[in-house]
Amino acid sequence: MTQAHSDGRDALRAELRWAAIVGAAVALIVVAVVFAGVVLGINPPSNIEHIDPKTLHLSAEFTESNLGTRVDANGQVTVRVVTTQFSFIPSCMVVPAGQPVTLRFASPDVIHGILVTGTNVNTMVVPGYVAQVHTEFTETGDLLMPCQEYCGIGHSQMIATVRVVPAADFIPDAQGKVSCEPLR
Amino acid sequence: MSRSVKGLTLAHFWVGFAAFVVAAILGAWQMWARSPLPAPAYSPDLYYLSVTAHGVSMAYVLPTFFIMGFGYFVAETALKRPLPGAPWAWGAFYVGILGVALAAGSVLLGQASVLYTFYPPLIGTVFFYVGLVLVVAASWVWCVLMILAMAGWKRENPGKNVPLAMFATVANAVMWLWTTVGVAAELVFQVIPAALGWTETIDVGLSRTLFSWTLHAIVYFWLIPAYIAFYTMAPEAAGGRLYSDTMGRLTFVLFLLYSLPVGLHHLFMDPEHATGFKFLQMFLTALVVIPTLLTVFTITASMEVAGRMRGGKGLLGWIRALPWDRPMVLATGLAFLMLFFGGGGGLINMSYGMNAMIHNTSWVTAHFHLIFGGTVVIMYFAIAYYIWPTLTGRDFASRRALTTQLWLWFVGMMVMTLPWHYLGLLGQWRRVAEFDYSNPIIAAWGPWVIVSFVGGAILLVSAVLFIVNLSSPYRQGATKAPDAVAYARPAHPAPYIRALNGFGMWNVVVLVLMVAAYGFPIAQFFIFDAPEAIVHRVNGGG
Ligand code: HEM
Ligand SMILES: [Cu+2]
Ligand SMILES: [Cu+2]
Repeated sequence: MTQAHSDGRDALRAELRWAAIVGAAVALIVVAVVFAGVVLGINPPSNIEHIDPKTLHLSAEFTESNLGTRVDANGQVTVRVVTTQFSFIPSCMVVPAGQPVTLRFASPDVIHGILVTGTNVNTMVVPGYVAQVHTEFTETGDLLMPCQEYCGIGHSQMIATVRVVPAADFIPDAQGKVSCEPLR
Repeated sequence: MSRSVKGLTLAHFWVGFAAFVVAAILGAWQMWARSPLPAPAYSPDLYYLSVTAHGVSMAYVLPTFFIMGFGYFVAETALKRPLPGAPWAWGAFYVGILGVALAAGSVLLGQASVLYTFYPPLIGTVFFYVGLVLVVAASWVWCVLMILAMAGWKRENPGKNVPLAMFATVANAVMWLWTTVGVAAELVFQVIPAALGWTETIDVGLSRTLFSWTLHAIVYFWLIPAYIAFYTMAPEAAGGRLYSDTMGRLTFVLFLLYSLPVGLHHLFMDPEHATGFKFLQMFLTALVVIPTLLTVFTITASMEVAGRMRGGKGLLGWIRALPWDRPMVLATGLAFLMLFFGGGGGLINMSYGMNAMIHNTSWVTAHFHLIFGGTVVIMYFAIAYYIWPTLTGRDFASRRALTTQLWLWFVGMMVMTLPWHYLGLLGQWRRVAEFDYSNPIIAAWGPWVIVSFVGGAILLVSAVLFIVNLSSPYRQGATKAPDAVAYARPAHPAPYIRALNGFGMWNVVVLVLMVAAYGFPIAQFFIFDAPEAIVHRVNGGG
C-alpha cells in the first residue's frame, strides 16, 4: 500500500490476505507440535495413577527400603523417589548411561516438582499421584535434580544428585538395588 | 469529562501505581538476593515474603486497579455519556482497598508466604484469601457497570457501532467474569475452608485444575488495555487513522473465545491429567496466535498510514517519519519489539513437548516479565501519560522525561530478561531464594544473574521516574491542559455488524468451549475420587 488513503475494499483484501498467512502459520505450528508428540514420542508425563499421600510410607512401592534405583528381573531400571519438605529420599541416585530408565516420584506432603539440569526430564509431583517419566541419559557425570516448585521456606535447599555412570559400572546388588555410596 | 469520574480514575490509578513502585523495589532486591552478590537483610523467609508481595502487587493489584480505573474513564469519554452507577464504583473501590489492606497485612506479617499462585495444600492465613476475594468482588462490580454502560449507549444509539474502545473494555469485563469463576471456586470451596481449619485435607488435583482455568485468561485480562491503546490511541497519537475498525472488533471477540479454554497448558507437566485433554488445549492455545498477529498487522498498517501522511516515503521511510517523541507512539514501538521476542518464547512454552525443557525454569519467569512486565506495563505507562493531562487538568513539565522513562523500561527489560531466558535453558529453576554458587554447575550461571540484576536496577530507576513524571502536573505552575481525549478514527467507516457489537452469542460459544475443554478434566475428580493431601499451614497453626 503506497497511498495513505486507499478505499475500504483494498483494506479488506489486505486483511484477508494477511489472515490467510496467519492461518497457515498456526497450522504449521500445530503440525510441528503434533509431529514432535506422535512421531518423536515427546510427550509430557500423563499417566494418571493415584497414591494416598497419608499412607505413602506404608505403601508397598514407596517404603523406605524400596526407594532408589532398582533393576527388576527383566532388566528394566526404575528409580523411586519420595519428594518431601525439604529433601529427596534418596538424595543421590545412580542411573546407567544409554539405557531406558523410568523415574517414579510421590509426595507425602505438598506439591513439589523435579527437573534434571541439561535434560528435558521434568514433572510436577502432586500429592495424590505418582509422577512418572521415561527417559534415557546420554552423558555420564553428576547432574542436579532440584525441586522446581515452591514447597515452603526450605524450597531452595531441596536438591538431589543424579549420577549417570557408564553401563559397565552399573552393577546391581543381590536385591537388584544400586545406590550412590559404594560407587564413591 | 465529569469531575467524579476523573477522581475515580485517578484514585484507581494511584493505588495500582503505588503497589507497582513498592513491588519494583522488592523485585530489584530479589534479583540481588538470587545473585552471587550478598544482599542486605537477606533470609529465605524474607525472600518468599517478598516474592509473594511482589507477585500479588504486580499480578493482582496493579492490573486490576489500572483496568478498573481505565474502564471508568473509557465508559465516560468514549461513550460520551455519564457513567451509570458511579456510587457503586466508589463502593467497589473501597471494598478493593480493604481487600488489598487485608492481603498486604497478611503477607507483611509473614502469615501468607504462599506466593501469588498459593498452591494448596500450602495454606496461609485466611485474611490473605479473604483480601483477594474482596479485590475480585470489587472487579465484578466494575464488570457489571461496564456492561450496563454499553447497554445504555446501545439503547440510545440503535444500529450504530459501539465505539471500539468501549467494545473492547466490555469484552474484557465479560472475559473477566468467566475467568474468575475458576479461582473463586477454588478459594470458596477449597482454600478458605482449609484456612479456617474446617477441613484438614484438600484435593490438590482439583485445586490446580480450577486455578489453571483462571491462570491463562487472566493474562489476557492484563493485556487487553494494551490492545485498546494499540487500536484506539496509538494511531491517533501518530497522527493517522485506524486501518480497520472491524478487525479490531474481531480481535477482541477472538480473545474472549480463545483465552479461556486453554488453561490446561499450565498443567502439561502435571500427573493428574491425561494426554488427550492436554493435547486439545494445546491446539486451542495455538489459535491465540491469530488475534495477536491480526493486531500486529492492523497496527503496523495504521502506523504506516500515519507515517505516510507525515510525508514518509519508500518501503520503510514511513517508520522514520513517525513522531517518536510522543510517548504513546514510542511505547507502541517498544511494546511491539518486546512482543516480538516474547511471542517467540511463548511458542516454545506452548509446545506440548518442548515445554518439558523449560517448565518451572527461569525461562518462564523471564518470559512473563518480558510480555507482561514489558509489553503490557509499558502500555499502562503510555495510557497514563496519554490521559493524565485530562485527568489532572495540567500538562507534564517535560515530554523528554516521559520518553526517557519509557526507554529505560525497555532497555532494563531487555538486559534483565534475555540472560534470564538463557539461564532457564541451562536448567536454572525458579522461585529460589539463594543459589549455592559453590557448586560448579551453578557457579557458571553467576555472571548472567548479575547482568539480570543490573537490568532490574535500571527498571527500578525507570519505575521511580514514572512516579516522578506523574507527580509533575500536580506541581505549582504546571500549564493547564485541555479537557478532552481523542480516540483514533477508522480510515474507512466500518460496517455495522450485530455480532461485533455485543456478546450474547459469544457467551454461548464460550460456554460450549468451556464444557468441552474443562468438563471432563474437572468432573474426573468427582468420578474417580483421588486421595486428598494433608493441609500444611505456613503460619504454624490456624
Ligand atoms: C523492577 C522491575 C522488576 C524486577 C527487578 C523483578 C524481579 C523479579 C524477581 C527476581 C522475581 C522472583 C523470581 C523467582 O524467585 O523465581 C519476580 C517475580 C515475579 N514478578 Fe517481577 N520483577 C520486576 C517487575 C515486574 C513486573 C512489572 C511484573 C508484572 C507486572 C512482575 C511480575 C512478577 C510476578 C507475577 C512474579 C511472581 C513469580 C513467582 O511467584 O514465581 N515483575 N520478579
Ligand atoms: Cu520445592
Ligand atoms: Cu497460559
